[in-house]
Amino acid sequence: MRIPLAALIGLFFTALFFLTAIFAPWIAPYGMAEVVSRDIWAPSSAEFLLGTDNLGRDLLSRMIYGGRTTIFIATAATILSFTTGSVLGFLAAVVGGWVDQVLSRFVDLLMSIPSLIFALVVLSVMPVTVPVLIVVMGLLDSTRVYRLARAVAVDINVMDYVEAAKLRGEGRGWIIFREILPNALSPLVAEMGLRFIFMVLFVSTLSFLGLGVQPPMADWGGLVKENADGIVYGIGAALYPAIAIATLAISVNLVADWVLNRTTSLKGGRGG
Amino acid sequence: MADTLLEIRDLKIEATVYPPGEKPQDIVIVDGVSLALEKGKVLGLIGESGAGKSTIGLSAMSYGRGGVRLTGGDILLNGREIRRARGSALRALRGHEVTYVAQSAAAAFNPAKRLMEQVIETSLWHGVASRAEAEARAVALFAKLGLPDPETFGQRYPHQVSGGQLQRAMTAMALCPEPDLVIFDEPTTALDVTTQIDVLAAIKEAIRDTGVAALYITHDLAVVAQVSDDIMVLRNGKTVEYGPVDQIINHPQEDYTRALVSVRSMEHPEKTDEAESVLTVDHVTARYRGTHFDVLKDVTVSLQPGHTLAVVGESGSGKSTLARAITGLLPPTKGAIHFAGRTLSPALAQRTKDDLRELQMIYQMADVAMNPRQTVGTIIGRPLEFYFGLRGEAKRKRVQELLDQIEMGEGYIDRYPAELSGGQKQRVCIARALAAKPKLIICDEVTSALDPLVADGILKLLLNLQEQQNVAYLFITHDLATVRAIADSIAVMYQGEVVRYGPKASVLSPPFDDYTDLLLSSVPEMRIGWLEEVIAHRKMESAGH
Repeated sequence: MRIPLAALIGLFFTALFFLTAIFAPWIAPYGMAEVVSRDIWAPSSAEFLLGTDNLGRDLLSRMIYGGRTTIFIATAATILSFTTGSVLGFLAAVVGGWVDQVLSRFVDLLMSIPSLIFALVVLSVMPVTVPVLIVVMGLLDSTRVYRLARAVAVDINVMDYVEAAKLRGEGRGWIIFREILPNALSPLVAEMGLRFIFMVLFVSTLSFLGLGVQPPMADWGGLVKENADGIVYGIGAALYPAIAIATLAISVNLVADWVLNRTTSLKGGRGG
Repeated sequence: MADTLLEIRDLKIEATVYPPGEKPQDIVIVDGVSLALEKGKVLGLIGESGAGKSTIGLSAMSYGRGGVRLTGGDILLNGREIRRARGSALRALRGHEVTYVAQSAAAAFNPAKRLMEQVIETSLWHGVASRAEAEARAVALFAKLGLPDPETFGQRYPHQVSGGQLQRAMTAMALCPEPDLVIFDEPTTALDVTTQIDVLAAIKEAIRDTGVAALYITHDLAVVAQVSDDIMVLRNGKTVEYGPVDQIINHPQEDYTRALVSVRSMEHPEKTDEAESVLTVDHVTARYRGTHFDVLKDVTVSLQPGHTLAVVGESGSGKSTLARAITGLLPPTKGAIHFAGRTLSPALAQRTKDDLRELQMIYQMADVAMNPRQTVGTIIGRPLEFYFGLRGEAKRKRVQELLDQIEMGEGYIDRYPAELSGGQKQRVCIARALAAKPKLIICDEVTSALDPLVADGILKLLLNLQEQQNVAYLFITHDLATVRAIADSIAVMYQGEVVRYGPKASVLSPPFDDYTDLLLSSVPEMRIGWLEEVIAHRKMESAGH
């Protein structure tokens, strides 16, 4: 099997970011919130590869720990949104009737409010901790997964093999997890990459607005916010976390594209 | 050979396939086929799916469907080599000298445009006629093809006419630019048998009157025998036999051709023993939710153990709905269903596990009746696990036994459906039904999607299994040859009602009611001149009335 160059680049950077996140304490030269220099916004040097930040902390170390926070929150929220969204979506498609109506209208209701505004409102009345962030983001995003999962499952639910399972007397568990899920997997997996990127952008936006990850904990959105003032003085410290966010988003996208292509391509892919 | 219209010499056609996980490969799909067609003659191309008949047909307009390339040989049309032709030369040829009639007219017409617009489009584009001339020509063709109100027929939209009429409108479209050659690609395959005969007669008459030559592509030898002068039998992209109709039908030389000719001649002596019936459908009436008419009206039939009841009718007659009522997918509004000495609850959810186990179903499209992500072992093994609690080695052993029963043997248990042929897929579905040790299997058009020889194999298997296991079949079909081959009793359905019901011999012998007569006389027979006889007979009858 040949992997296209774009996907290879995407895979390389995605792996790099995830490995850095996992092994952050071993890789980072200094501690996350350790003030290591009297100079703020010092330029890059052999001692501080990316220079120091607005409080004289090592920027590289904060970037590495920040990536760990951002990626962890985004991953956890993606998993939560996929589990909730796809199980409810499949259930709505298989059961139908009023269950489908109630779930779908509730999802419509949630989707009619922009998720950023909704999240800001919720987070301004709740204590802003990492678990709360994950739950709020995951549940808000699960509406989109629900839509996709339900649409895919409605198509599969009318196939003869599902009817055969119903005539056999199978329960809903078997029908959802053994008949529908394996056949719905490829569109869902491809969507997963895209939702993950949204989560990264979402948590970064929240942190940038001050309602996400709270200092002194580092995350990329927060790093942009902390160092944004430096731009006025011609200091580029805020650009590094911004570039990291963009690079991660693009590389995950490249991988997701490749997965989607491989699984649903008209020529040669395994198809549905 | 002054009047040779089309000559194909040593044609080679290749295509690129993309096996999953491997490099793309070039495969040869047509190899060394040669043919010649004179002006005004009809050549029938016949073969099973994958034989290359459509591909050869389309090569007559130097066209290859997605990924298909005409890589070798010569195609001469009116003395010109067209295989290597490109661009404007091809545009001038297609839709003018050579036209095409597709299998599914419903999918080929643009639903947003009136029929007349579409029928005269190519004539206008090629500048062969002015709008007024082309419309006049189209109206004349509508009349010739027996369409109702030819003057105003063209003003309708595709959804406002029936499937048979649409197919004839497409024939009019193909004939309108006065082509030299028309390619008919399975034009009647998607139609009901009673409609097919009208379209067939219309096409034949139009070919005769306009003097156009035709390539007629079909998998049904009995159909092609009615319209062709010559027949070419194809298999796996190679010519098996090529000659005049009389030779192919009456004196076939090759084994394969002989098999095709005798394919519909399976006979099945009717069982007459009396026993307590396993299934009784008692005055069942049913309608779909949210609709206001009954799709089943007061249907009463019964079936004895080890017997086969064939339910015959055209599309929309309610035969598949009857299956849904029996299985509980569509609870009847009136009437009851008695099965194996008990009365079944109308809805599926209230039925016991034994009710479900003893009543199995086999579908028309084996492709979508099996989960593509499960292996053959899982597909057949699940009923064993679900109904009998078999696990592990015991289950695997029983699955293998079932595979032996459906004559598939070793080496299939870990394969996925995509790795099986069409006939093998249907066999696996049969094994899945058998695994439940049922008393009744509902077979919904189980052979309609299969090639004739493969279908014969499936029917023989079903009969063998019936003999061994004394299972009853409710056999839903539109194909009367299948009915003759397998049924003990027959129910003819029309618009939701059973119009004729009884033992096979009495249903198939006169006196007939009007509908059964129409249905029986419409089934193409493997005999030259059959079509003319039927049409002449019908004209006489309607004149006599």
